[in-house]
Parts: sequence; C-alpha cells; structure tokens
Amino acid sequence: MSATLVVAAVEDRAALAIESLSLSFGGVMALSGIDLTVAPGEIRAVIGPNGAGKSSLINVVSGLYRPDHGRVWLGGRSFAAVPTDRLAALGVARTFQNLALFKGLSVLDNVAVGLNHGFRAGVFAQIAGLPGARRERAAAQERAAAVLDFFHLTDMRDRLVGTLSYGVQKRVELARAVVARPRLLLLDEPMAGMTLTEKRELTGFIRAIRDELQATIVLIEHDIGVVMGLSDRVAVLDYGRLIGDGTPEAIRANQAVIDAYLGVAHDLEAGEGI
Amino acid sequence: MDLSFFTEVLVGGLLSGVMYSLVAIGFVLIYKTSGVLNFAQGSLLLFSALTFVSLIERGLPFWAGILITLAAMTAIGALIERVVLRPLVNQPPITLFMATLGVSYVIEGAAQLLWGTQVHGLDLGIDDRPLEISGVFVSTFDLFAAGVAGAMVAVLILFFRYTGIGLGFRAVADDPLAALSLGLRLDRIGTAVWTAAGMVALVAGLLWGARLGVQFSLSLVVLKALPVLVLGGFDSIAGAIVGGLIIGAVEKLAEVYIGPFFGGGIEGWIAYVAALGFLLVRPAGLFGQKLVERV
Repeated sequence: MSATLVVAAVEDRAALAIESLSLSFGGVMALSGIDLTVAPGEIRAVIGPNGAGKSSLINVVSGLYRPDHGRVWLGGRSFAAVPTDRLAALGVARTFQNLALFKGLSVLDNVAVGLNHGFRAGVFAQIAGLPGARRERAAAQERAAAVLDFFHLTDMRDRLVGTLSYGVQKRVELARAVVARPRLLLLDEPMAGMTLTEKRELTGFIRAIRDELQATIVLIEHDIGVVMGLSDRVAVLDYGRLIGDGTPEAIRANQAVIDAYLGVAHDLEAGEGI
Repeated sequence: MDLSFFTEVLVGGLLSGVMYSLVAIGFVLIYKTSGVLNFAQGSLLLFSALTFVSLIERGLPFWAGILITLAAMTAIGALIERVVLRPLVNQPPITLFMATLGVSYVIEGAAQLLWGTQVHGLDLGIDDRPLEISGVFVSTFDLFAAGVAGAMVAVLILFFRYTGIGLGFRAVADDPLAALSLGLRLDRIGTAVWTAAGMVALVAGLLWGARLGVQFSLSLVVLKALPVLVLGGFDSIAGAIVGGLIIGAVEKLAEVYIGPFFGGGIEGWIAYVAALGFLLVRPAGLFGQKLVERV
C-alpha cells in the first residue's frame, strides 16, 4: 500500500497528516517526500541532527513556508499551503525556536494576544464597548487569567516580558499558544536553553496540556532523555528525509537513526580486514 | 523680567503646542504600526475641515456634519490602507513615504474638485475672548482645543488598553515580525489604525480650520508637526504631546525674548532650529525607541 493511501485512510481520524511533502530553498532540499501521520491526543517528537528539516516541517504545518509538493491535512481538511491567518480557526497553535514574544508588553497582554483571533465583535463594536464585545473581552480576560494560573505565572502577570528570565519567557510563550485551546500544538525546541529543573517542570506542563485539553502535540527536541520519556512516538529526520518513525523503544534500536546521530563507522568497517 | 508676562507667553505657547501635538499624533499612530511616515496626514486634515465646512454651509446641522465627515474620513483612511499601502507591503520606507506623498496630492485634488478653492471661515461657536486666570490672560479657544485634545488622547488610550484590536495594535507596534509569525490579522489592525488616523485628522482639521480659516495652506501644518516628531520621537504618543508642548513654548518664548535681536518673525523657523539641535544630541527623540542593531 502506497504512503498516499495510508494517509487517505487515516486522514479523518488523524489530528495531522502530511502527505509526500517536499520543500527546497534554492538547490537545498529542506524536506523531501515526507509522509507523517499524528493521531489525536498523541505526543509526537520530531528529532534529528541540526539542519535535518525539523523546523521547516513545523513551519510548513503552521503556514509560514509554502511547500513545493505535497499536502497538509489538518482536522480532516487538506491544504497545499496552510493559511496562516486561519491557523487559530483550524485549532493550531505554536511556539517558536527563537521566542516570538512582545517584549514591551506585559505577561497578561502577551497571553491575551493568543485570543485575539477568536474575537467576533467588529472594530467599532469593540471601540464603542457594545455589550457583546464587552462580554467577549471579559471572557478572554478570565481565560487568560486561568492559563496564567495553570503555568504559575499569576505573580508576574503585569511584568514586561522583556524583563523576565529566558526560562519564564518560554513558559509565557507556551501559555500564549495554549490559551485558545488548540487541538494541535506545535512546539519548536521548547526545552532549549533550560535548566534541568525547568525541563522537568516543562515536561509536566506538556503532559498536563495534553491531558486537560485533549490536544495533540508535535514537538521538536534535542534532549533525547526528554524525548524518550515524554513522547508516544518519535519521528526522525535526517537531511530532509524521514529515516525513522515509531515508539521510543523502536527508535532507540533503529540502526539508521543511530547512524545519523553517531555517524556511520566507515573507518572501522574499512579497518575490519586488518 | 516680568514674571506674569513670561507666564502668559509660556501658557500661550504650551496651548498652541497642543495644536501641533494633535497633528503629530496622527503621524505617530501610523508610523508606530506600519513604519510609514504618512505625509498625507496634512491633506487628510485639510479634507476633513473642508468637507465639514462645506456641509455646514449647505445648511446641515453641526452634528450631521461631524458624522458625515467622520464617515468620510474613516472610508478614506481604510481606502488608503487597502488600495495604496497594502500592495506595497515590504517595500523600503522611502517608497512608502513617496506613496503617501502621492496620496496627499490626490486627496488635495479631490478636495478641490469636490468643494472648490475658496477660503471658508469655520466657526465652532467658541468665542475667542481672553480669559483671565489669576492674572494671566489665556485664550478661550486654546483652552477648548487643549480640552478636546486631552479627551481625544484619553479615548485613544482606552482603545489601546481595553479592546482586542488595541492589543493587536500594541503587539504589532512592539514587534511586527512576531505579530506576523503569529498570524495576527494585520489587515484588520491596519484598517483600524488608518481609521483612527482619519478621526484624529478630523479633530485637528476642525480646530486648525477654526483657527486659520479653511484653506489649502492648511495641509502645510504637517510641516509644523515634523519638529514635534523629531523632538518627541516618531513612535511615541506621549512624545508627540510633550514634543508639541515644548515646540509651542519654544516658539512663543523665542519670538518674544530672542526675536527682537533678529528683527522679529523667528516664530516661523525657530522650531526647526530647535529640532535640528536636538537631532544632534538625541536622534531617537525624547521618547522614541532607540534602534540598536547587532552587527
């Protein structure tokens, strides 16, 4: 059975399906022929050496890059290029490798921005403070406050984000991504630059997000310990190709993955004859 | 030096500075969100004053005139954003500036076609009697203008603080790239900002029109706003207010105390000298964001 058929068979149930996806920058193939299906409620890690195409994959799914070939299925609908301005409506939220926070805004405002898409009231209704717009805003405030509480950020709600430590900023970004109750959450290196304690805390948060929101989570991560402990399945990219996809145990035993990470022992093989 | 005379000049200067701030705020709104120095702000101001006056002269009541003009300004602001600036997104600032320069002539031409070229008097119903407050004479009209400006700034602050669109505006102003990668609806925010700039132009246009008479040279008040922006910073509303006050005070004080040495008439250019001197010391303005680039 071809990969396309596999995708077609599961597209209804999958939270995210990627079908023969290719993307190149100039002559460099960032992604070539990727097929990937993520089941609802799954925590899926994407790993691979630097430059393997992990961030490109997430950028395609969140609409920042337009792929050369292939399609992305989100919630039973397929896109040649995911429309960025409809991401929130599709129930997709993400965080960025290099934080995309508003440093001059308070923690609360940064999180509340994540709800901006949901506003139905028009510009004038908001300015005039019509009852519908006011109710919407009150609900948004309440929701943002609840999420701040969940991430232990309530004490810092009025601090400017630029004044906070890197680890806390990462938590603020996660809070913003979660506030609109996404069905699919894309995390680009959520643990990068964190201390061991912060990593442990964040691992707990990610599990809790999955359990409480019944969200599907796709995360790029370099810390193999975290990946193996946290994810249900692991996809491995190398030079833009998918070289492994399976449970953490299966990936640990996958020879292609070991080769990609440690390098193939050509010298030893050559030396065997001696 | 006569202290009460000094105070009178100073207060007069500060109040006329409020009028400059009104114009400058229109610039700041657009510059902050889109990085465009909107040269058409002056024409918008002229167009609003001219439209209002012409409607009144055709016998419409005051409030109908305000509402129709407001609707027109909203439409024009939204239209400029949609038709001219959105297609030019990601172009260098000078291109955008030239585009707004072109727009300003289109608007002035349209105003001429619609309403003709004669000078109109605009009476807002405030008699300009000097008011004596503890020995200092203050113009009633200037006080009224300051009150209106204060109210307008308060409305803008409420808008930015307490609406979703306002939050979006602050987000875009803080970090346009982050806003873009989040997929914030930049189009909606852009339309809202241009609408707001149109409203500010209306308020400024009415006050300036009542002060100078509604004529085509009214669009040249943009040139008065430039030193204010240099002083206060192009991206700060607080800066536009403080800058306007300082420029207004400097103009009047310089005219009275330094003017005689030059044979008078320095009010017209002293603001630019002040701005030029200030540029050398603080290029980003009093409240402007410093541009620090990593190399």
